[in-house]
Amino acid sequence: MIAGSQGFAGYLRRDLLLAYRRRGEVASPLIFFVLVSTLIPLGISPDSARLAELAPGIIWVMALLATLLSTETLFASDYQDGSLEQLLISPQLLALPVLGKIVAHWLVTGLPLTMVSPLIGVMLSLPAEGLLPLMASLALGTACLSLIGAVGAALTVSLRKGGLLLSVLVIPLYMPVIIFGSAAVQAAVDGLNWLGPLAVLGAMLSAAVALCPLAIAGALRLVSNN
Amino acid sequence: MSTPPLITVEQLAFERDDCNVFKPASFNVEAGDIVQLEGANGAGKTTLMRLMTSALQPTSGALLYKGRPINDCRYEYLDSILYIGHQSGVKMTLSAEENLRWMSPASVSSAEITQALDAVGLRGFADMPCYSLSAGQHRRVALARLHTSKAAVWYLDEPFTSIDKQGALALQQQLEIHVQQGGAVVLTTHQNLPLDGLRKYIVESHTDLGVQP
Repeated sequence: MIAGSQGFAGYLRRDLLLAYRRRGEVASPLIFFVLVSTLIPLGISPDSARLAELAPGIIWVMALLATLLSTETLFASDYQDGSLEQLLISPQLLALPVLGKIVAHWLVTGLPLTMVSPLIGVMLSLPAEGLLPLMASLALGTACLSLIGAVGAALTVSLRKGGLLLSVLVIPLYMPVIIFGSAAVQAAVDGLNWLGPLAVLGAMLSAAVALCPLAIAGALRLVSNN
Repeated sequence: MSTPPLITVEQLAFERDDCNVFKPASFNVEAGDIVQLEGANGAGKTTLMRLMTSALQPTSGALLYKGRPINDCRYEYLDSILYIGHQSGVKMTLSAEENLRWMSPASVSSAEITQALDAVGLRGFADMPCYSLSAGQHRRVALARLHTSKAAVWYLDEPFTSIDKQGALALQQQLEIHVQQGGAVVLTTHQNLPLDGLRKYIVESHTDLGVQP
């Protein structure tokens, strides 16, 4: 009965609407990503050869930090206003609405990052052949980051200052994603086959889609049991 | 053979920091009952109620629904209850109508949503974002769920908070109608309610100090 309106699609739509209502706040990871990236040429060197060498790694680190920045709030407002408790006692599998929330999160953070990344790539003198792999790896990679980050966000949702703990928890899990993500871009720039690292990212995403919602559902039940 | 009670609470207890929050609770809720959980601040009324909604897992004891352990009929049970807690799940950035739409079953029509909002005195406020409403109006948005829900058992944690006199009277009448129709209500409040069929259960704090955050 309730599951009809509040399942995967229901939560996806609701979270997108909520994000739209506070779009200024939601856009902050993207603004962070763009602003900090403009500082790189100033801080390192405007020399395009040096920038090009660093660009894949730098863009990926920025994207990772921007995602991390937005992850903390994923369940926080639902926890504070009691919606999370309502979700926990709704007669349905918890994993599906949770996945809906994460997809919404990716659509408002990871996807915009992916869309502006070629711009940042050009700004950091990333060779043209690296732009498509950059977008592809970010699209898959940020989805992984949203899923993994959500596990940490669920575990730390009841803590008042969970931000630091969240970083400590999820950054080790982010590592494989950033390694293969930047490797794909680097391989393309070096003229090598970049589909290999991308395939590994795809595999990680598949595993994360299957496992993370279950882990999050368990974590939310655990955390709310106090 | 007599039918088992709607809800049976059997020696239900919950530990926080290795200490029982309240003395293990045992009572029944039958169809037609209004059960008021009473107790001092911090005695554990909200904790007991959350245990009964199965949002919390008890440390010991059991919760039975129509004579069956809750874990055997979890979805069936959850489908038949409605819980409005202190934090009622009302989203500040959504309008009253959007909130109620979200919290109501999918089968509820827009006309019923409008009717429910009218019934709780929010006519004219339906399209306003909830952050611009008063505390009492927030409560009314949450309480509008009682008009759209099909649940048999209502768990209401301090439903009268910030509600004005007229609203409180209307709510009392609504509770009476609900139990006359075969529903059941479990609520916490510090008010004395002049309701027929009201039973009280005293939640006793387990320690003398008693005060829990």
